[in-house]
Amino acid sequence: MSNIGSYDERIKDFSWSISEKELDYQEGIIINIGWHCSDRICLMGKAEKPALIWEGSTGNEKRYTYNDLRLNSNTIGQFLRNLGVKPEDRVCLFMDKIPELYIGFLGILKMGGIAQPLFSAFGDESLFVRLDNAQTTAIITQKKHAPKVRKIMDKMPYLKHLIIVDADPAKPLGDREIAFDLEKAEKVDKFEIHPTKAESPSVLHYTSGTTGQPKGVKHVHYSLISQYLTSKWVLDLQDSDIYWCTADPGWVTGTSYGIIGAFSNGVTQCVLDAGFSADNWYRFIEKHKISMWYSAPTAIRSLMKAGEEVIKKYDLSTLRHLASVGEPLNSEAVIWSERVFGKPFLDTYWQTETGSIMITNYPGMKIKPGSMGKPFPGITATVIHPETFEPFTETGKIGLIAIKPGWPSMMRTYWRNEETYQKKFQNGWYLPGDRSSIDNEGYFWFVGRDDDVINTGGHLVSPFEVESALLEHPAVAESAVVAKPDFVNMEVVKAFVTLKPGFTGSKDLDLDIMNFVRKKLSPLAMPQEIEFIETLPKTRSGKIMRRILHAKEWGEEIGDTSTLEND
Amino acid sequence: MEEMQEIIKAYVIKEYVEDDTELTNDTPLISGGIVDSFSMVSLKRFLENKYKISIPDDKATPEAFDSVNKICLLVKEYVK
Repeated sequence: MSNIGSYDERIKDFSWSISEKELDYQEGIIINIGWHCSDRICLMGKAEKPALIWEGSTGNEKRYTYNDLRLNSNTIGQFLRNLGVKPEDRVCLFMDKIPELYIGFLGILKMGGIAQPLFSAFGDESLFVRLDNAQTTAIITQKKHAPKVRKIMDKMPYLKHLIIVDADPAKPLGDREIAFDLEKAEKVDKFEIHPTKAESPSVLHYTSGTTGQPKGVKHVHYSLISQYLTSKWVLDLQDSDIYWCTADPGWVTGTSYGIIGAFSNGVTQCVLDAGFSADNWYRFIEKHKISMWYSAPTAIRSLMKAGEEVIKKYDLSTLRHLASVGEPLNSEAVIWSERVFGKPFLDTYWQTETGSIMITNYPGMKIKPGSMGKPFPGITATVIHPETFEPFTETGKIGLIAIKPGWPSMMRTYWRNEETYQKKFQNGWYLPGDRSSIDNEGYFWFVGRDDDVINTGGHLVSPFEVESALLEHPAVAESAVVAKPDFVNMEVVKAFVTLKPGFTGSKDLDLDIMNFVRKKLSPLAMPQEIEFIETLPKTRSGKIMRRILHAKEWGEEIGDTSTLEND
Repeated sequence: MEEMQEIIKAYVIKEYVEDDTELTNDTPLISGGIVDSFSMVSLKRFLENKYKISIPDDKATPEAFDSVNKICLLVKEYVK
């Protein structure tokens, strides 16, 4: 029996108080995600239950019980407090998927800090704009990533501490740098949790838009109410489950469901900190007897590409429930997973700003392959007209997805950017920026983004950020960046580039530009293809018509070109 | 073979290794998290430019790119 039981029954008289009661929360009292994910589970009699089973790229393994999670997060929290880090200071986690990332996240929240996880593959420019916006006080990182921080340290006078979790004792540390070895640190048994309340800030995740710099999405401790219940009802986390969320906590899925959802439900979760290979993933499932697997369409399509022979080498019979997030899951992938694993991947739809699953498929509910499913109980979602912002009264119409504000894990603002935050609302609806339709049975069907943001492998890349980086390359005069279709990643970055006098397009220049963007921003933002062209299509007022280039890549009609320069 | 190993190793260190991690010809690159799947595209492009070859996309798998030695074997299949 699934946790949700009947979806139709659950939506009748739903109230978030269901979640509040299960978490022993009442309005006005302390709520702290770090405490709920460790101490509370211990108090429920599960102190010795495995909480985190971590495996590194060489097969080395570390195991932590819920009591270990409690003690180690206390230890990190105390270490930060002793350093002088204060409640609501931003503490950046800039690490691979190592145990210190998961435990450090809880430790920051316990001492009242705001956890700011950043993807460890970010280059120095991507890192700087996010740290600068947040005015980050401390960064916890590994020695392998420290050089990227050191490159920009001088530009960050507000950064007081660079904490290195695996520092080489033989090498001296620089100014503002400090070593912290979690394994060797004396464990703190008694730690005074900072008395955070429902609206106390908890997490700051950065996300990209079409224009402007990345936006810091501010979440609060009350988000736990949504994250706990969606993990229980959609991911169907049960006490006996061995759970594997493949997302990196540098992104929101990795924190909402790779840390908060899993630990607040008291399940055992496994983490694989290694690059992708189909063989290695299936081996991991077999070895740890994974029963609930939350992954992404990009990974699923990569597994499809690897073929079915490799699946036969492993016993995957422990898998009982599969779900997917990050970008729309195509019907072929749903049908494929049903055939090879005996279960479909259930698509879940949400985003950094929503903090938890909004529209989804549920265990036990009829699945329509390719559909996003239905709104989570307590979530009022619809499709509205893009100009009037009124909900459509007929089914099948394509419009903007719109959600009634007010669910517990909704972002509270964009950090130091309230103006952009307010623009996310129209006519009383929150607009995630996606288009879809609703069929006559209430299922949502994803159509696409309503802007130029590129969704590559489930991560949003801003064309503006990539274009800005390209312009810093000495050979580039102008650039336009669009999405290009890709089987595995759904979309990848493609750049159209005009060159400065004296430069000629070549394969070596192409590679040089790719690497330039990769190091400055991130591998995700690196153009997978660069096309050198004489001129970019522009309007008569000089604005680049990205739409024309996008249409060319997708084989679509170019549409109205009446404003095109030289037309 | 030895020269090719050295060229590819030097390129990987220059482009993808941030600290002083030592790299051998058998160090796992993809599964070891040194080169991610997105960056594989630029590594493939380097090999194609350097050795004037074209590696089909279906041969450029994480497994085939997982060490300097494996990359050398792949490249040698296409070098005339």
